[in-house]
This record gives sequence, C-alpha cells and structure tokens, in this order.
Amino acid sequence: MRGGPGPADRLRLGALGLTSRKGRAGLSALGVAIGITAMVGVLGLSESSRADLNDQLDALGTNLLVVSPGQDMMGEDATLPDSSVEMIDRVPTVEAAAATYAVDAAVRKTDRVPDEQTSGIGVAAAGPGLAAAVSAELREGRWLDAATEHYPAVVLGSTAARRLAVGSLDEGVRVWLGDQWFAVVGVLEPVVLAPELDETALIGPAVATELYGDDLPPTTVYTRVDGDQVTATRDLLGRTANPSAPSEVSVSRPSDALEAQAAADESLTTLTLGLGAVALLVGAVGIANVMVISVLERRREIGVRRALGATRAGIGSQFLTESVLLSLLGGLVGGVLGVALTTAFAVNQGWGVVFPWEPVLAGLACSLVVGSVVGLYPALRAASVPPTEALRSI
Amino acid sequence: MTRLELQGVTRTYGTGTAALTVLHGVDLTIEQGDYVAVVGPSGSGKSTLLNIMGALDRPTSGRVLLDGDDLTSYSDARLSRMRGAHLGFVFQQFFLLERRSALENVSDGLLYQGVRRPERRRRAADALRRVGLGHRLDHTPGELSGGECQRVAVARALVHRPGVLLADEPTGNLDTASGRAVLELFDVLHAEGATIVVITHDESVAARMPRVVAMRDGRVESDQRRGVAV
Ligand SMILES: Nc1ncnc2c1ncn2[C@@H]1O[C@H](COP(=O)(O)OP(=O)(O)OP(=O)(O)O)[C@@H](O)[C@H]1O
Ligand SMILES: [Mg+2]
Repeated sequence: MRGGPGPADRLRLGALGLTSRKGRAGLSALGVAIGITAMVGVLGLSESSRADLNDQLDALGTNLLVVSPGQDMMGEDATLPDSSVEMIDRVPTVEAAAATYAVDAAVRKTDRVPDEQTSGIGVAAAGPGLAAAVSAELREGRWLDAATEHYPAVVLGSTAARRLAVGSLDEGVRVWLGDQWFAVVGVLEPVVLAPELDETALIGPAVATELYGDDLPPTTVYTRVDGDQVTATRDLLGRTANPSAPSEVSVSRPSDALEAQAAADESLTTLTLGLGAVALLVGAVGIANVMVISVLERRREIGVRRALGATRAGIGSQFLTESVLLSLLGGLVGGVLGVALTTAFAVNQGWGVVFPWEPVLAGLACSLVVGSVVGLYPALRAASVPPTEALRSI
Repeated sequence: MTRLELQGVTRTYGTGTAALTVLHGVDLTIEQGDYVAVVGPSGSGKSTLLNIMGALDRPTSGRVLLDGDDLTSYSDARLSRMRGAHLGFVFQQFFLLERRSALENVSDGLLYQGVRRPERRRRAADALRRVGLGHRLDHTPGELSGGECQRVAVARALVHRPGVLLADEPTGNLDTASGRAVLELFDVLHAEGATIVVITHDESVAARMPRVVAMRDGRVESDQRRGVAV
C-alpha cells in the first residue's frame, strides 16, 4: 500500500491552521519574534562593535606603550628624569618615542577670566613626533610645525576646545595662555589611545623653552615599539626611563583598556541576551497554549481526517508541523527585525555593516527547537483523540 | 461474497459500576453489493455498530472481518490506512472543514492514500461533478446549502472509490428533496457495485432499501430482505 501524504502535503497540512487563523497565528508568533529580535540584535550589535573595535585597533595599532610618572615611596607624585625620552628612544625594540612636557600655565578664553578658573585644561609642550606616535587626527587647522615654531601658537584637544568655546578657526581664534595671547592653529579629534590629550592645550617646544625655560620635565612618553616585542619591551621601560627608581614609573598599554571596555560591553550583551531568552520562553509558552486550544477546537477535523485514513502519527505530525511553522515564522520575523536593528545602529554609529549570519542562523535554530519542543505535547494530545469521540453528533 | 462480518460483537462504555454495555453480542454479515438500512429507536446502538463496522472504534469483545481479514488484530496505522482505502463515511452533520472549498474538502479524501495534489484535485473535481456540484468547486461549506454540503460529503466519501460506504443518518438534516437527491446518488453507487449501509430513522428511506436490519437495546431484532426474513 502507498504511504501517506508526502513532504509537500505535510507542510501544506501544517500551514493550514496558520493560514485559516492568521491573526491568532501572528499574535502567538509575536513572543518568539521578540525573543529572536533581541537575540539577533544584541549578538549582531556586539559582533559589529567588536569588528569596529578590531578595525580601530588595526588602524591605531596595539604597539603603543605609555610611560608616565607613578608615585614615589611616600605616595607623592613622582617625576620622570629629563633624560628619559632619550633613553627610551635608544632601546632597540622602540620604534619611536615622543613626549609631552608639563608647562606650569593655565589657559583661559580671555584675559578677563579669573586666574583660578582653568576649566581643568592642562598645558603641555608637544615634543617632536607626538601626533604620529599617538595617531592623533586634526579636526580643523594644522599641527604645530616649523612655520609656527617661534610664535605663540596652540593646538587644542577636543574637550579643551569645547570648554574654551572654540568653534570655527576661520576668524583667527585666540586664547589667553599663561600671560599672553596664543593663536589657536588646530583642534584635534578625540585621541582614542591618549584620551588625556583631549583635555590639553599643546604648544610648540621652542616657544615653551623661550617662555618657561629648557628644563621642562617630561609628563608622558608615548612609545611605539616593535609589535612582536611589546611585552618584553614593556618590562624594560621602567628601568630605562628612570634607572634609579624604576618603581616610580608607570607603563600602560591603552589598547588593553579598549579591550577591557569591550569586555565590559559583553557582560551587558549577556544580560540582554538573557532578557531575549526570557521573551523566547514566554513566546514558547504562548505557542504551546495556542496549540492546545487549537487541538480542542479542531477535534472534529481530527475525527474527519482519521475517518479519511489519517494515522495517529499523521495527525500528530500535522500539529507538530503547525507548531514548528508558527515558531519559525516568529524566528524569521525576529531575524529580519534583528538584522534591520543591527544595520540601522551600525550605520548610525558609522561602523561597517556586518551581516550577523551566526546570530540569524542560531535564532532560526532556536525557534525550530522551541517549535518542536512545545509542539510535542499538543501533537500527542491530537494524536490520541479517538475518532469516534471527535465525530460524536451534537 | 462476504464483505463485512461481525461475530459476537459487544461494546461496553466505561468500567466498573459505570460500565454500560451498548452492544450485546451482535452477529451480522454484510455481503458484497448489499444495500442495507439499519433502523431502531434512539439509543439502540446503531451508531456504535456503524463505528465498529467502519473500524473507527474497536469492539470490547468479538471479531470484525473485512474481506475475511480480522481487523481486531490490526495496528492503528494499518487500520487507518485500510479505512482510507476501502471505506467511505457520510455523517448526519456533514463534517466538512469550514473555510476550505468544496474541492479541497473532497480532495482530502485522497490525501492519506498518498495521491499527488494535481491528481487529487482532478479527481475531486470529477467527484463533485458526479454529485452535481461542478459549478460549486470553490465554494466553502458556509456558502452552500445543507443539501449541497451533504453532496460534497458524499463526493468526499466516494472520491477514492471505496468498496463499502457507511452513512449515519445522511438525510437527517435535509429536506425531502435534498434527502432524495443524496439517496439517488447512493442508488447509483450501489448500481455500480458499492456495498452500502445506511442508518436511518426515516421509514420511507428504509423502505427503498432491499435489506433492513432493525436494532433494539443493543441487539439485532430483525434482519429482512425485501420483506423476506433472512
Ligand atoms: N462514548 C460513549 N460513552 C458512553 N456512552 C456512550 C458513548 N457513545 C454512546 N453511548 C451510549 O450508547 C448508547 C447507544 O448509542 P448510539 O449512539 O449507538 O445510539 P443510536 O442508536 O445511534 O442512537 P440515535 O438514533 O439517537 O443516534 C446510548 O445510550 C449512548 O448514550
Ligand atoms: Mg446515532
């Protein structure tokens, strides 16, 4: 004897309950859709932000080591010896070293702002090669160069420019620095690897020497090292910078901080993922509920199909298919919404758009599993309805 | 040739003190080409008997043979396939699927035999034309009259050309004219060689059948062919 309905017919049978009750099907798939949207959205977002971070790190490099003074044994702020920049530069695995030097001056918008109101902006002299060493980009204007070497010119970090209310440079903006006017020649973009520069006003070394003497102590030495030797070099730098008190030197790697930040974001991702899982669970219960009701309502149909030759397994598989299709529908809608969400957010953040294949596939797999698990009980109930019970006259 | 044979069939609903025996050792033989009316008062066990003949239900004791095969030993799957292939059912309430067209309702009669969809639809349309509903293929039950619904149900019962047609008060919900139309369809099927068993309350329906089985209190009270006792 020939077998029962083929695969296409089984699918059609399973879709019957959905197409004849579209509103209810949509509502019951909603929970799963929300859960999958959250899952795909969150995973997709963390994937794109991860990709963005990697791009950023690729561009900025992970070989920057920042040498700064730590604290001495008394807990006082230490200083770096004047010779430290030169010494660091001599280390074979160091590719470039550039420093900022502390200038004891305050910067204000005009001379009429009282002395004590510095807005927390530091002033530093920028040693040669600083911009390159920290991968600083200019938002506007230009960097300190030979042309402005002997003039009172200043480049502002992004936060410093905002606090000093420096807008466009077209009209020759000046700020009051120390005891005289400085022309603002450039404004930096935020410096990812050296955020402290955002709050700094940088002046040229020649001007600094003329105004404040030639023995300014280095504040921070930005050191680019051989990418394969970062750890080894890092261990060396304290001793190199300050041979007499290596423990008073702090050496950090800013790219580590970025990674740590990303890791912190990931715990948020886990939390949101958990919420998505709860939504999915609620959606699953919703589908189970609707399926049980559907079995009760369709006893007559079950009886008719049994009379027409459907086996118990055939009836069960019809309802199981329906539940799986319902859940998959939710998963599909959730996947589309999740991808839309990720894409919109990535575009908004100026990140590259990464299609979240894995989250989407995982979401579909999840909804498949949910549909089959919650459909099992209703399917068994449908299969066990005796045909005569289902066909009783009213 | 014997098509269906019931040997000492009993059917008890419930257990213990709540047990209710509805059939008490029924022996009945339906021959190939029989055209039988089953009559009897309400509650006498007619529907129960028909369900057991149609393998929709199993007897509590006794045997049911279809073409000499003992159905009591069949598994559910085998029994279901047998039902789908050899039996056709017509019920008083039609039991069509709402929201589905006449054509889809009838083509479901072939679904469980593994017939492919295009052929199902073709044969369903043929069956609907046979019952005079060739112009109503796309109508849903809600858009059809009671008589038309029952003719759709008959089309569904005959679309796979079953050897045995079992009908439980097929005219019970119909006016005289619609009822006659359905019975005339049965007459044609019978003339073509189908074996037909019809439960009815209606004397005039029973009167046109060559054989009448009367039930009372779960027993066969009389079994007559054309006025001649068997
Ligand atoms: N599933 C069941 N559980 C318990 N009792 C049942 C069940 N089905 C039928 N009965 C009882 O069995 C008896 C016979 O029922 P059946 O439906 O066979 O009668 P019938 O002759 O078809 O009556 P009617 O002419 O009213 O359709 C009735 O008393 C009925 O209440
Ligand atoms: Mg009855």
